[in-house]
Amino acid sequence: MAEEQSAAKKPAVIRVKLEWCKGCEICVAFCPRNVLEMEGGKVKVARPEDCTRCMLCELRCPDFAITVE
Amino acid sequence: MFDYLRYIRERNFPHIWCSGCGDGIVLKALIRAVDKLGISRDEMVMVSGIGCSSRTPGYVDINTLHTTHGRAIPFATGVKLANPKLHVIVVTGDGDATAIGGNHYIHAARRNIDLTVLLYNNYIYGMTGGQVSPTTPRGKRASTAPFGNQEPAFNISDLAEAAGASFVARGDVYHAQKLEKLIVKAVQKKGFSVVEILSPCPTAYGRRNRMAHPVKMMEWLRDQTVPVAKWERLSPEEREGKVRTGIIVDVDKVEYTETNDKLIESLKADK
Ligand code: SF4
Ligand code: SF4
Ligand code: SF4
Repeated sequence: MAEEQSAAKKPAVIRVKLEWCKGCEICVAFCPRNVLEMEGGKVKVARPEDCTRCMLCELRCPDFAITVE
Repeated sequence: MFDYLRYIRERNFPHIWCSGCGDGIVLKALIRAVDKLGISRDEMVMVSGIGCSSRTPGYVDINTLHTTHGRAIPFATGVKLANPKLHVIVVTGDGDATAIGGNHYIHAARRNIDLTVLLYNNYIYGMTGGQVSPTTPRGKRASTAPFGNQEPAFNISDLAEAAGASFVARGDVYHAQKLEKLIVKAVQKKGFSVVEILSPCPTAYGRRNRMAHPVKMMEWLRDQTVPVAKWERLSPEEREGKVRTGIIVDVDKVEYTETNDKLIESLKADK
């Protein structure tokens, strides 16, 4: 249990494959915690500490470009 | 994190679809569904016709067949009859399946042959330049309807139901997890199964209809879709401009490859 809790508290690792990101902004617009931003036409992980791992960005990215761990 | 890389032909990425095109979201839901189903890839064949959605098989590492315009269902029928043990999934679009291939669509449903049809509905011909398709809503603009489409649209789920399909569902890419579940159910169903998938085309449809930004198109999907259970409680006025999503038809009927197998057996016994 204690282990589970500490695992849950570990900050999320959000990876972006910039070569595949087409800058559609879908992940940015629908992130409930405002973790992501646009920068130079691509996504930028601005506030990873706020991520709840809801996985919505990964589910809806049309380009297989963002993953959350 | 879901490991999509195990299922894709990575050398073909980034894929050809435009920024914000829903087809990539469908592909991901499809891959997760395949993974969940636990069916060996050798027992699965994906068949497509022509159009943006029909590019899907080029990106997945399973047995695939990219055929001619409107003819994905006939090719799939041949594959299924040659080896009824295979799970055959057809990937097609509103133009491919309900205009050019419209007859194949209704007659495969009538026959109730065990195929799964994933029918991406983006309300327009994307690849060929934004022409009106049978599902373009009345009043919406297309390259061949610059002042707005005058024709009423086909409801392609209702069409499948009326023609005799044993499973009909509608999903959308905004609700990607729900979509994955519908695909799983459709593949598991014995009989002709259709999942109509609302998938935005910002380039050909959105640009002409004040939704050029992919986020606008996703919001539109979010706001127009109503789950079937809620739909039942809505008045006709409240249903205006909305579409129901979820399982629309799920019935058991005589399936074509089974009657065909029986016929073959009986003819063999007669010899
Ligand atoms: S997992 Fe959820 S909270 Fe985290 S970045 Fe993605 S959408 Fe935002
Ligand atoms: S959804 Fe995917 S392609 Fe679109 S901006 Fe985010 S990471 Fe990039
Ligand atoms: S034209 Fe439309 S359907 Fe085709 S890839 Fe572009 S956005 Fe997708």
